[in-house]
Formats: sequence, structure tokens, C-alpha cells
Amino acid sequence: MTFTIPIDNGDAVKNAEADSQRTLYPYVTGTSIVAIKYKDGVLMASDMGGSYGSTLRYKNIERIKAIGKHSLLGASGEISDFQEILRYLDELILNDNMWDDGNSLGPKEVHNYLTRVMYNRRNKFNPLWNTLVLGGVKKGKSYLGMVSMIGVSFEDNHVATGFGNHLARPILRDEWHADLSFEDGVKLLEKCMRVLLYRDRSAINKFQIAKITEEGVTISQPYSLTTFWEFQAFHNPTAGAQGSW
Amino acid sequence: MTKQHANWSPYDNNGGTCVAIAGSDYCVIAADTRMSTGYSILSRDYSKIHKLADKAVLSSSGFQADVKALQKVLKSRHLIYQHQHNKQMSCPAMAQLLSNTLYFKRFFPYYAFNVLGGLDAEGKGCVFTYDAVGSYEKVGYSAQGSGSTLIMPFLDNQLKSPSPLLLPAQDSITPLSEAEAVDLVKTVFASATERDIYTGDKLEIMILKADGIKTELIDLRKD
Repeated sequence: MTFTIPIDNGDAVKNAEADSQRTLYPYVTGTSIVAIKYKDGVLMASDMGGSYGSTLRYKNIERIKAIGKHSLLGASGEISDFQEILRYLDELILNDNMWDDGNSLGPKEVHNYLTRVMYNRRNKFNPLWNTLVLGGVKKGKSYLGMVSMIGVSFEDNHVATGFGNHLARPILRDEWHADLSFEDGVKLLEKCMRVLLYRDRSAINKFQIAKITEEGVTISQPYSLTTFWEFQAFHNPTAGAQGSW
Repeated sequence: MTKQHANWSPYDNNGGTCVAIAGSDYCVIAADTRMSTGYSILSRDYSKIHKLADKAVLSSSGFQADVKALQKVLKSRHLIYQHQHNKQMSCPAMAQLLSNTLYFKRFFPYYAFNVLGGLDAEGKGCVFTYDAVGSYEKVGYSAQGSGSTLIMPFLDNQLKSPSPLLLPAQDSITPLSEAEAVDLVKTVFASATERDIYTGDKLEIMILKADGIKTELIDLRKD
């Protein structure tokens, strides 16, 4: 659905310049993020790819970052907008630390801040083209939430962005349960990421899994998943088709 | 060069249905807990009911980001009111505030479909129903959201109030007991869930009475 941006057309030159500053479409994009709550906190997984349309331009992008002491932020969508958001959050956390009052922003607060930022940019018709996943633990309570580029937000026991919402969420709805151990949680996330690797053409086989608990944040080194391509049905796929090549 | 058009929409419909019924000394406000986008379900556990004041509870469906922003505005205005008047806002007062807040964004609306329920000054139930830009009406019952077209005709059949055009003005409050009204709400949601893809998962019912608020959570079909 096209949506014309309602602005006063009095000053055509000034408006044309302002218009050229607005986001029209994303350029370098990251694909899905999948995250789950588990026994000790939150687990989040993403691949390390940055696509430029259909080209796989960047293969070493960290799309999950630690925010303050209590949160993890994962982003899909435009990478430059994600970097902008990290700058906003940097300032937020810095100012929070400067109060030096023993308090620190928890994941719920950071999620709320991000929701407001995304919604306000949407109101100005200049969105940050990201879907964000915010997970964390504070005072023993785990938190996991998501914000979209137009400011829709919610929290749940498991979230996924982009293709993950279609392919990973059903797996999580079936197999997630409360108090997953770390090993089970990682296995579950890897199951989701493997499906995405098979079926999402913008996914690459280079992942990071991040963990956040009361103790702190750990982001794994990049690693690959094993895949299987030897299914009989895919051997000699044109065997039954007459006249094909 | 022709003017560039945005290829994204600032609006989305996150679905869901809200219902409220006013009784002689109670008000029932109910909504499902499903939040969707397109053909996907984002959450099966998202509450659409928000208490604004002791005697005023808002239930909204539509574009969830706008609903949240609207709630925040009303909550902060209510806080200021409490500071200035040393009392909570009454339901009719909140009704007017909601209407004004919605119309304030007449040219970039809150895509929110609201039903406000509560108790008036005499302790009788009152329900106000709204459109997205603030036109509102005090009624005895209302349904808004994706399942409203399925529910409203049935409520009309079961609860039909006297016409608001009659003189002298007659009460729109239902003579049903609280238990009967809650039962009716469960029935309409079960039916709406069958045919509306955006309604389902769980039903949250809030019952407002002079002595407090009770909440019930009931399962609905998840498909």
C-alpha cells in the first residue's frame, strides 16, 4: 500500500531536500534473529551476514551486542540504522552510569526506550528500518521483547524476526518449555537456525549465539552448523522429467 | 523526477476484538489476547485491557503501537488531573478526554478502536464506544475490533436497548445479572473465534464493581 507523505508544499526546494533525507528502502540488511528465555536467562542467535540486495556483501557483521550490564540487543534489517541505534543506546547507558547512584537500566527499560525511539521515527515518516530483539536479566527476572520498525512491541518467552517469525516460531511454540537447560536451549536455537539456513536465501552458515544471565553477557565465537544435502529425492532431480535439462 | 512514494506503511493492524457491557452496578470489559501481523501471530498472550483510573478501564484493538502511545498520553493526563483536583477522574470525564485526545490527531490518526468501560458517579455501569478519530457515544454495550462485525449483531439481539432518540431518555444499561453478562461475553468470543482469524488464544475478562476489579482468563481456540 503506498502512503503519500503529507507535507506543506509551500517551499518545493526545501521540501525536496528534506525528502531526500528520509529513508525510502533499506540497503545493507541482516536477516533473522531468534531468541528464547531459558533457565538462567536469555539465549539469542543470529548469523553474521549483511546482504546488499541479493549480494552477500558482508560476512562478519555482529548483529547481537551487549547493552549495559543487563541486556542484549539483536537487530535485523538495515545495518547502518542498527549502528545508529547502538550510538543512541551508548549515550543512554553513559548518562545512566553518570548518575553514579547504584541503579542501572534493566532490559525492560531499554526495551521501552527503543519502542519510543522507533515509534517517534515512524511518526516523522523517517523510520529506522530494523526489527529489534531485546533480551536480558535483572534481579533474577528474565526479560525478552521485540520492537518493529513502526513501533509495534511485545514481550514473550520466545521471539524471532523476519523469516524466523515464519520458520522458527512454530518450532519454538512446539518445543519451548520453561526452565530449559543451557544445552537444551542451544540445541533448540541451533535447530531453528538450521531450518533458516536451509530455507532463507539471505542466511549464511556462520553464527553467533549470545547468552545473558545474572552474571553477565557471553557472545560466542563464530561457528558453523552441519548440514545434510544427500536426501535421495534430491539426487538426480530431473530423472522423472522428460525433455528437461 | 516524480515524487517518491514510501514503500512502507506507518500503520499495521494487529487485530483482536474488544467488548464491554454495562450493568446496573457492574461493568464487564473483555478482550482476546492475540496479537497478529499479516497472517502471522506475534503473541498469544498480549493484554488489550488497560486500567486508566479506578472507575475507568480502556480496551483497544487496532495498531498496537498507536494504542500504547494513546494509553501513555491518557495515563499522564490522568496523573496531572489527580495532582490538580486531588481525586481520580470519573468515567464520563475520561470518556471526554479520550475523545479529545483522538481528535487532536485527526490528520494522522491513532489507529485505535476503543471501548471505554467503567462506573459512573452513581455506581451504575457505563460503556463508551469510539471510532479512530474520537467520535463517541454512551451505550449499554459495544464491540470493537476485527470480530466486532460478528459480535455486535448478536449483542443487539440479546441486549437491545431502547432507542437513544426516545423522550424521556431511557437507560441503556442491561438488566442482566453479572454472571449472565459474563456468560454472554464468553459465548460471543467463542463464536467470534470460530470465524475471525485474528481473534483467539485467550479471553481476558475484567469485571468492575464499586468494591474493586476482578479478572478472569479463559482459553479460546488457538487456530
